[in-house]
Amino acid sequence: MAAASAIKAIHQTMLRAAQPARFVELSGMLIPWVAALGAAMFVAGLVDGLALSPPDYQQGETVRIMYMHVPAAWMGLFVYALVAGLGGLGLVGGHPLAFAAARAAAPLGAMFTAVCLITGSLWGKPMWGAWWVWDARLTSMLLLLFLYFGHIALSRAFDDPRRGDKAAAVLGLVGCVNLPIVKFSVDWWNTLHQPASVMKLGGPAIDPSMLWPLLLMAAAFKLIFFALWLVRTRTEVVGARLRAAASRSRMEGER
Amino acid sequence: MNFDAPYTIYILAAYGIGFVLLGGASLSAWRDWRRVSGAWARLNGRGGRGS
Repeated sequence: MAAASAIKAIHQTMLRAAQPARFVELSGMLIPWVAALGAAMFVAGLVDGLALSPPDYQQGETVRIMYMHVPAAWMGLFVYALVAGLGGLGLVGGHPLAFAAARAAAPLGAMFTAVCLITGSLWGKPMWGAWWVWDARLTSMLLLLFLYFGHIALSRAFDDPRRGDKAAAVLGLVGCVNLPIVKFSVDWWNTLHQPASVMKLGGPAIDPSMLWPLLLMAAAFKLIFFALWLVRTRTEVVGARLRAAASRSRMEGER
Repeated sequence: MNFDAPYTIYILAAYGIGFVLLGGASLSAWRDWRRVSGAWARLNGRGGRGS
């Protein structure tokens, strides 16, 4: 009984925080703190990854590309799941903030996926001897980038933004099928890409001297994303108010 | 990091690309926010550029 009332209270608090006006106010307070923490972790991750962590016994110094490449890949997948979840929430609940948050997150997810693909290519050339191979992991990650592009294009393709949001939300949900393919592609197919070494059963198979900078950079990417996402969602919310005000004044002018 | 090691240019390029894309996304988010918050403030007669 107590648990049910606690869940209800949390739900009510979240609904209140998700009211556009309240969200703009709350996010304004959060953004500087989240951004500062993200920047501090980014600097700590860079120092640890570029200066303190050792070179790999096989790959040498090129292993340091991992501290940029892997967190970007994790973010590409995480943000897509978030975009799809928010789209689903918007379709089911019809909450305008869910669509605005999905629209704000998609370009950031595309950016992280692009960072992952480009840094992967820069890692692949010295290690594999090729900038690109049509390997299952690389190809499914490229497909993820195209899904992001599709989401971004669809959400902006209609004069009525709500129609675009709905179409993009459907694409987001359908595209979720690609997430387990990306994750398990290295297990399901013979790929040039190495299998998972951090998020695997039995714990990470990576030395702590390399795991720490990786986790620091992953936390930094999460916080930087969160700060940028809040800024972009606020922009979407205020932009929607501006469009509504412009449409009101147009209608008044026509009378 | 040993800058004399082979393939250093690939490491620097990877971090450079990361900085450019992250920095670009940050600047673009900030610029868009300044634009809409400024327009909102002007609409409400406050004349500011937003915060």
